[in-house]
Amino acid sequence: MYSRAYKSLVSLPPLLWVGIFLLLPYALMFVHSFWMVRDGFIVHHWNLDNYAALFTKPVYLQVLLRTMRIAASVTLCSLLLGYPLAYYLSFHAGTRKELLYQLVIVPLWVSYLVRGYAWKTILGSTGVLNGFLQYAHITHAPVGFLLYSPFAVVLMLTHIYTPFVFLPIYAALETIPRPLLEASQDLGATPGKTFRRIILPLSMPGLLAGATFAFVLSLGDFLAPLLVGGASGTMIANVVQSLFGAAYDWPLGAAVSVCILMLTLALLFFTETFEKRWSFK
Amino acid sequence: MQAATPSRRQPALSAYAMFVFAFIYLPVVVLIAYSFNRDGVGGFPPRHFTLHWYGQLFGDSAIWDAVLNSLLVAAGSVALALTLGLLAALALDRASFPGKALFRRLVLLPLILPGIITGLSLLMFAVFVNAPLNLLTVFFGHGTALISVATTELFAGLQKLDRAQEEASLDLGATPWQTFWRITLPNLKLSLIAAGLLIFTLSMDEIAVTFFLIGRDNTLPMEIWGRLRQGMTPEINAISTLIFVVSVALISIWYRLRTRTLRDVS
Repeated sequence: MYSRAYKSLVSLPPLLWVGIFLLLPYALMFVHSFWMVRDGFIVHHWNLDNYAALFTKPVYLQVLLRTMRIAASVTLCSLLLGYPLAYYLSFHAGTRKELLYQLVIVPLWVSYLVRGYAWKTILGSTGVLNGFLQYAHITHAPVGFLLYSPFAVVLMLTHIYTPFVFLPIYAALETIPRPLLEASQDLGATPGKTFRRIILPLSMPGLLAGATFAFVLSLGDFLAPLLVGGASGTMIANVVQSLFGAAYDWPLGAAVSVCILMLTLALLFFTETFEKRWSFK
Repeated sequence: MQAATPSRRQPALSAYAMFVFAFIYLPVVVLIAYSFNRDGVGGFPPRHFTLHWYGQLFGDSAIWDAVLNSLLVAAGSVALALTLGLLAALALDRASFPGKALFRRLVLLPLILPGIITGLSLLMFAVFVNAPLNLLTVFFGHGTALISVATTELFAGLQKLDRAQEEASLDLGATPWQTFWRITLPNLKLSLIAAGLLIFTLSMDEIAVTFFLIGRDNTLPMEIWGRLRQGMTPEINAISTLIFVVSVALISIWYRLRTRTLRDVS
């Protein structure tokens, strides 16, 4: 029903724009990873040294492993907080359901920076938590290890991604047909068994989507480590950032970025196929 | 409505849910409380209520310059992302062209990939075409990255659209151009406003991409970021409180519009 002219008119501008301002920049990143720096200039000498450096210098692997550990902790904590919350809202909140749902949604869109800053004021050695601990006579000197540690990064990112994890799980729980639960109960299953055999498997696609969200978004985060992480909380994206900044080795930085990108895409692809398999069961 | 089984009281679960809510909201509450605290950011309990920090904030011209910069960038990004996102959504909904599947995924990349990768790629592009870094590059970056949000929201809106109206309009002799302006666009109004609000909020808060594209003029998040390096003052609590209030207001409007769109369909 739409003419050829109409179709080209709507598809050409976004195609061109996305091609020039998105595909080309990503391609530039890819291409840079095969170049090198000589005497402070980037030269277009094609080589694989950047990638070789990533796998031979232990520092990159170390930071990558720490990053994955932090991302995994964030994912686990967000699930432990987000799943029961979603379960409560879906099955037990009754008439307050809608209100509580909105209460979870609101912080989702409230400034990342504002929330990160809030944690900084809470965890610092002269911060609110230390003030409270001393006020309540639980400690007598400020506790210093709270801020500028991997713990602080995990805490801050968990705080940010818990609502992200909640959403797909809640959506999945809401689609579970309630008669299934009644049937399970009538046939003599305990509430625990009903959860294990019915609710958990049926909410698996949502759980996976939420977990992927939290893991992927934490994996590439460089602001939380800068804000609350300190030296011991440095993550892989901080390595990229310093290679592009002070160290001025764009090609090597690009190679690390390409690795993060591949890892992200591989994870997304993996969960997508996994999710499909679960939802067809 | 809750006729189904497990609605028995579960005190442990309710308590845990309240704990999660406390975890989500506590930092924000602390932040707001200390913006009224005379003695600064730390310590407990906050005492001596004051509006001093808000006074200082209102006299701080660097902050308001940054707010203006952010508003300009956000307004521009909304216009750019909505225009191209609308076209992209129409293309995905109605046209077929080679590489359509690839295009659909490519548009979404900035939403999925870490901000640092999109930011650095755009920085390399700016260097490649010899563009100086300033608010214009930030605007290009935000606008381009947020096409993803516009496309998803508007594509969802288009899918729910009643095609019969457009067919009728064309059959009755209206040109495709007239049909677009008189039928398609008005029907998408709510989706457009909702997407616009979302893009505006995201652009106002964006920092990962902005980080690499910023020149001398700061956006608001970058100005706050710069100040955090010099230490924390309750003035930052005050501006954060204002940001929080404004985001909550915008998001509630967005949420209302969204539920209204959904209700209109069903």
